[in-house]
Amino acid sequence: MLIARVVGELVATQKHPSHEGCKILLVQPLNLDGTDRGDAVVAFDAVDAGIGDRVLLATEGFSAMTAVGRPQSPIDMAVIGFIDEIELLPGVV
Amino acid sequence: MYLGRVIGRVWSTVKNRALEGQRFLIVQPVTVDLAPTGKRIICTDSTGAGAGELIYWVRGKEASFPFLPDEPPTDTTIVGIVDSVHTAKPAQAPKMRKGR
Repeated sequence: MLIARVVGELVATQKHPSHEGCKILLVQPLNLDGTDRGDAVVAFDAVDAGIGDRVLLATEGFSAMTAVGRPQSPIDMAVIGFIDEIELLPGVV
Repeated sequence: MYLGRVIGRVWSTVKNRALEGQRFLIVQPVTVDLAPTGKRIICTDSTGAGAGELIYWVRGKEASFPFLPDEPPTDTTIVGIVDSVHTAKPAQAPKMRKGR
């Protein structure tokens, strides 16, 4: 799982039938210090997240499919939770 | 899943039997601003995407799921054609074409 921020939403009409009715988010993975970690990815929404939210991102097929409740569906990323707070040991950046 | 743009096509005659009938498209991954990023990849297609279209693709074992019950040996598949992208940034006004 990764820490990420929702940066956008995506609209697609023509897509795999199992993707119907699921909100598609653009999500930017983050480092612990809040900087960007690579490029933004496309993830399905399992928790009703919106733009600006800091979230937990599952980046593997099985967990993403299970979270969205669509088994055997071509999904490899899903937003599976909101992050309220991150606590680190002193000295860790 | 990842954002990308279809920039070409690959033809292959001799290939794994499970891949017969598959289209291979060349995809350039793009950023949120739709700028190219990273190296180009080859994807199988489950949506009927065409040249120049903005798409999103899936990687890994899930890439073969759109073709069930067949299980072609693919690791990247286009699973959706993107109509529009909404971000938190202020939208830019479309440029007006003159003389039309």
